Amino acid sequence: MPVKNENWTPTIVAFCCNWCSYAGADLAGSSRLSYPANVKIIRIPCSCRLNPLFVLRAFQRGADGVILCGCHPGDCHYTTGNYYARRRMTLLFSMLDYLGIDRRRTRVEWVSAAEGAKFSATMNDFAKTITELGENKKLGDLRCKE
Amino acid sequence: MHRIGVFVCWCGSNIAATVDVKRVAEAVKSEPGVVFSTDYQYMCSENGQATIRNAIKEYKLDGIVVCSCSPRMHEATFRKTALTAGLNPYMVEIANIREQCSWIHKDMPEGTEKAIILARAAIAKVQRNAPLVAGSSPVTKRALVIGGGIAGIQTALDVAEAGYEVDIVEKSPTIGGRMAQLDKTFPTLDCAACILTPKMVDASQNEKINLITYAELESVSGFVGNFTAKIRKKARYVDEDKCTGCGVCTEKCPSRKGLNEFNMGLNTRGAVYIPFAQAIPNVAVIDKNQCLHFRTGKCGLCEKNCSAGAIKFDQTEEILERQYGAIIVATGFKPIDASAFDEYAYCQSKDVVTSLEFERLMNAAGPSKGTLVCPSDGRHPKEIVFVQCVGSRCSSDASKGKEYCSKICCMYTAKHAMLVREKYPDVKVHVFYIDVRTPGKNFDEFYRRAVEQYDVDYIKGQVGKVSVENGRLHVQGSNLIDNEQVHIDCDMVVLATAIEPDPTARSIGTMLTASMDTNDFFTEAHPKLRPVESPTAGVFLSGVCQGPKDIPETVAQASAAAAKVIGLLSKDSLTCNPCVAHSDPLLCNGCSQCENVCPYGAISYEDREVRGPEFRGVKRVAVVNEAVCQGCGACTVTCPSTAMDLKGFSNEQIMSEVDAICR
Repeated sequence: MPVKNENWTPTIVAFCCNWCSYAGADLAGSSRLSYPANVKIIRIPCSCRLNPLFVLRAFQRGADGVILCGCHPGDCHYTTGNYYARRRMTLLFSMLDYLGIDRRRTRVEWVSAAEGAKFSATMNDFAKTITELGENKKLGDLRCKE
Repeated sequence: MHRIGVFVCWCGSNIAATVDVKRVAEAVKSEPGVVFSTDYQYMCSENGQATIRNAIKEYKLDGIVVCSCSPRMHEATFRKTALTAGLNPYMVEIANIREQCSWIHKDMPEGTEKAIILARAAIAKVQRNAPLVAGSSPVTKRALVIGGGIAGIQTALDVAEAGYEVDIVEKSPTIGGRMAQLDKTFPTLDCAACILTPKMVDASQNEKINLITYAELESVSGFVGNFTAKIRKKARYVDEDKCTGCGVCTEKCPSRKGLNEFNMGLNTRGAVYIPFAQAIPNVAVIDKNQCLHFRTGKCGLCEKNCSAGAIKFDQTEEILERQYGAIIVATGFKPIDASAFDEYAYCQSKDVVTSLEFERLMNAAGPSKGTLVCPSDGRHPKEIVFVQCVGSRCSSDASKGKEYCSKICCMYTAKHAMLVREKYPDVKVHVFYIDVRTPGKNFDEFYRRAVEQYDVDYIKGQVGKVSVENGRLHVQGSNLIDNEQVHIDCDMVVLATAIEPDPTARSIGTMLTASMDTNDFFTEAHPKLRPVESPTAGVFLSGVCQGPKDIPETVAQASAAAAKVIGLLSKDSLTCNPCVAHSDPLLCNGCSQCENVCPYGAISYEDREVRGPEFRGVKRVAVVNEAVCQGCGACTVTCPSTAMDLKGFSNEQIMSEVDAICR
């Protein structure tokens, strides 16, 4: 349920693989294709490096949306990493959905190093979705807050 | 707890315009472990680096964070800076506050806040960094060139000149590529064959160069300095060592239905053929699908007439396995299929040809022996219309064609127009163009010569429709300058078709894990500063596989790629990436899951003596071969007992970044 808090802006964590999507994000930057500032990128070597625990941790610590970006299927720098990522995230997201984290708060997108425009469009769209969904309350463990 | 220094770069106004750098430097001072922070106009400059070096020494820093441009840009620079100040280079983290912050956010407070958070994440990460020492791996001093066109030949010649072995793998029976099909070259009008064939001969005679023609890349494994390639050498059914290239078999062959690929299918060839007179290797090849012997089991005329006994109907394809230190992609291009452009009647009339077909029609070794004739009935054309930008510069929502400019069409069309007027002054020549793009040495002069000296009729506008009327062609187009419709009856229409990457490029890109753009051109490691390298280490780009280019540009890029390859092959060993996986033997339960997901086979199992608080004795544990591991991290996530972790991107490090961002 959307929270009526004027000051609230979503916290969005974007995990980007070093070879395609992080470079795509850089290209979005050098092409000055803007997207909301609450999207924060964490660089990982490959989408398959994304441990489901990182996603859980993000939600636990107050993230409102988590997105994973990797190379297009077939184009993984490490040949097969994004296939592992895709399978893992499919399972994880369905579990998170079961736990009450709306399916729309988690996403996997393939963004190549040449797709700066796609990166920006994806982030704009994702941020819009998360803003509409409002603050995420599920999984936020108060004991973790410092 | 590390002693951390934070260095915030202004990047002139690139960062400072939308991020309050002073506030960032101030805000991070309260972060745990930060003992020093400062800002400077250009951190990457000599003075900026000196600031970092001095601070490392003065404040005894053992971890630094540079808030600057993307780590893809200057991570290496700042690691070197750290090293010169005696700090382990892997104790450096970059907060990307330019590409991923200042350049995309217009609002100062918003940008500043994000920059502070990104800096915090990097500080949290570096807090958990450990010094890493890179190992080394040997370099195989041999290069593989994929594609034997002018790009591949030039790269191979240059690499061989430096004393290294080079293999050229070419999928067709001869090297030479597209350039061999050209008649003349712009802007000098010298004959393509005359300048290309000596290079082909050089390549074949160079003892360092090994030509593997009629062969395709099957698979590639390994990494920079240590690639292993499997090459499938297709069966020619002709013994390459015995064949003298006399051509008797090609004359005796009774099957004449095969379309001559070299002449763009404008005429036919025998089932046994030599692609063209100057083919290298000058060896015949049998087209199995056309050959009567393979189809009916009879004939065998070529075998009977071959005095060298070179015909081998029982030849089979073979797989070669070779080691390489570097791989150069020179897969080139093909013109797009013009049949998708129905409005130009390419499929309705033989007299509508593509530029490459026209090139063959003008060539002395072509189907008409260099006499310009209409392909439909062999008559001499009186009027020719050239249409530029067929499939180039199409809008992104168009169902066909390419968005990009194919770059070479303006010039080759001017060349064709000029050659026609030179050879047949009675022929009228019209050219429909959107823009004439001639940025190159002597290019505009060349184009102006076509207009002024050769009286070629350039019409600014596009052709709407070509129709066949009474055996001739009717062209309907617009003249934008006079703002009127133009109707021209002509004998031939020549389409300047766009060029696209060779269809094999995509699968080769996948094999090499080299990234490509949406048009299947290979992407460069950096679009401006590293234009001949792929982001995949050890893979280099030569020629049109990277983007449309003319011959001088292709040759320049081919030599540039060769220089990079020579630089790589001249090293005896390479420093490995130390960000590799490692397994904690105390936690490892020997389940083999990591071994199963590793794409490099870097993980093996050993019985090792383990001493821990809960376990003492010998157990089966995972061991990572650090020279083979590429650091993807697939194993770290699959490990059920969290024994496997990745140096430089450890669970703790990434987790702390998550915490810092979500705080």
